[in-house]
Amino acid sequence: MAETHSLQDMRQQAAVAAKVFLQRDYSNGTVCQFQSKFPSELETRIDKQQFEETMQTLNNLYAEAEKLGSQSYIEGCLACLTAYTVFLCMETHYEKVLKKIAKYIQEQNDKIYAPRGLLLTDPIERGLRVIEVTIFEDRSLTR
Amino acid sequence: MMKNCEYQQIDPRALSVLPQSAQNNTEKTVQRSRRKWEVFPGKNRFFCDGRIILASQSGVLPLTLGLIIVTCGLFFAFDCPFLVKHLTVFIPVIGGALFVFVVFSLLRTSFTDPGILPRATPDEAADIEKQIDTSGSSTYRPPPRTKEILINQQVVKLKYCFTCKMFRPPRTSHCSLCDNCVERFDHHCPWVGNCVGKRNYRFFYSFIISLSFLTSFIFGCVITHITLRSQEGKSLVQSIQESPARYPFLVICFFSIWSILGLSGFHTYLIASNLTTNEDIKGSWSSKRCAEESGNPYSYNSIITNCCATLCGPMPPSLIDRRGFLSLDEAIPAVSASEIELPPFTVKSDAHMCTQSTKDVLERMVHSYDVHGLCPPATPKTTPLDLEVSGPAAASSEPSLSAGCLPQDARQPVVPPCPPFSRSNKRRDSLHSINPAFRLASPSPSLSRTTFILGDAPDNGFIPLP
Repeated sequence: MAETHSLQDMRQQAAVAAKVFLQRDYSNGTVCQFQSKFPSELETRIDKQQFEETMQTLNNLYAEAEKLGSQSYIEGCLACLTAYTVFLCMETHYEKVLKKIAKYIQEQNDKIYAPRGLLLTDPIERGLRVIEVTIFEDRSLTR
Repeated sequence: MMKNCEYQQIDPRALSVLPQSAQNNTEKTVQRSRRKWEVFPGKNRFFCDGRIILASQSGVLPLTLGLIIVTCGLFFAFDCPFLVKHLTVFIPVIGGALFVFVVFSLLRTSFTDPGILPRATPDEAADIEKQIDTSGSSTYRPPPRTKEILINQQVVKLKYCFTCKMFRPPRTSHCSLCDNCVERFDHHCPWVGNCVGKRNYRFFYSFIISLSFLTSFIFGCVITHITLRSQEGKSLVQSIQESPARYPFLVICFFSIWSILGLSGFHTYLIASNLTTNEDIKGSWSSKRCAEESGNPYSYNSIITNCCATLCGPMPPSLIDRRGFLSLDEAIPAVSASEIELPPFTVKSDAHMCTQSTKDVLERMVHSYDVHGLCPPATPKTTPLDLEVSGPAAASSEPSLSAGCLPQDARQPVVPPCPPFSRSNKRRDSLHSINPAFRLASPSPSLSRTTFILGDAPDNGFIPLP
């Protein structure tokens, strides 16, 4: 967990200036999608296009996790036939995609957001309700 | 007290100051890292170091298991030998397979997290409260917090959950028995000892379907047994008298078949139309829209797709991360609560208080001791007038239906009813009487009705403590 260690260091060293919460977008039902509207607090910190690209990728990944396709049906039927004991040994498709999402967020944080004094929190840590963007005080820039 | 019920803006910076000051104490007092289930705010019980989750009242689950095991035991002991001899050896095999499947499904339903939503962090709650418009601080009865959104071109109202401090996602409901918001909340089933929600609905459905098959199978075998015995020369009555142990056995089977078949049929209907028991009882998408399927924005308008989506859809993960370890800043509220040594439901009743500002909640946890004398113990937000009625009902660990139903019904006239609440209640009652499935499926829906009453009461506003 070296990556979170460095992010935690950043959290401890820099003071939190503000937190922006990106809520869920329910216009397509209960599937997990987040609002990709660019929050005004981030205007000075990051490029709008970059941010929207991150959000779009995240939304696509969540859509992939919840997709009703042949793979999920096969998994569901197999689980039913084995009296759901198959989940004790096998990881579900959703969990695999969540790992992919966690890796993607970490990578985005390292490459793009941390250098700008921002931190994206994985929504799974907030119960898939919000994407929390922590804005750290920018001591390096003078305004 | 009334002054404290005014809506107050939360300054997130004030919140971030508080945990840091307590952090030094935490490092000294916490000697081992704690898992998240140990500080879980809901009324659930955890076993096997967080692997197994149960509702706080699982009183009827042993009864359910006991009934199933005893009935099957009697079947295997008394009927199988005869039937194996006269018919086929597959009878106990099929019976055994069904029994195993039933027990697995039951345990899986009971021990799985139904889709509990973790409560909002203080920062998140502060952000949400900032976004809510308030007219002013003159009234001590803040308006009910709802948010309207469009789902598939249909207006859906999202309610604000005062306990979890967030706007509930669509199809989520707060179960007062477990004190959690549960996603795609169906009902709280006392037979299973857990809520039935998004994550364990398929297990619940396979439990009731397999149980229907099992009870029908056993009943059929017993009837066959008696018939075969009577054909051997004795009369029907004589052959029943030969093994009197069969009497209670037949009675249990007969009654359980009807209720279970009814429940299975009802849930099959719900699955085919992509509804939850909660929505069906409240009539959220029904008759007033005059079109069965276009009323429900979540339906795929195809029975097969609805069934596949609910039963074979992807299995969502547990959002509460029971076995994760607490980070330092998360451990603080738990430590400060234990240092104060308030009884657990008093801490929760702090959240239930009419003062919605999280800052007040934190202040109370740290400073005031006399709060618990004023707060109703672990019930949804009601006035102290209701304490005598609701207290025993909430505090009792017996989930018996009669005890559960009566105090809640008695409480309704006491709580000054908001017009929407009483209207929806009447509609609920009429639906209850119209739908014959409810008469058959007695255990779960009636208790779920009381659960909905409990869950709905705070959403239409609340009464501050005098």
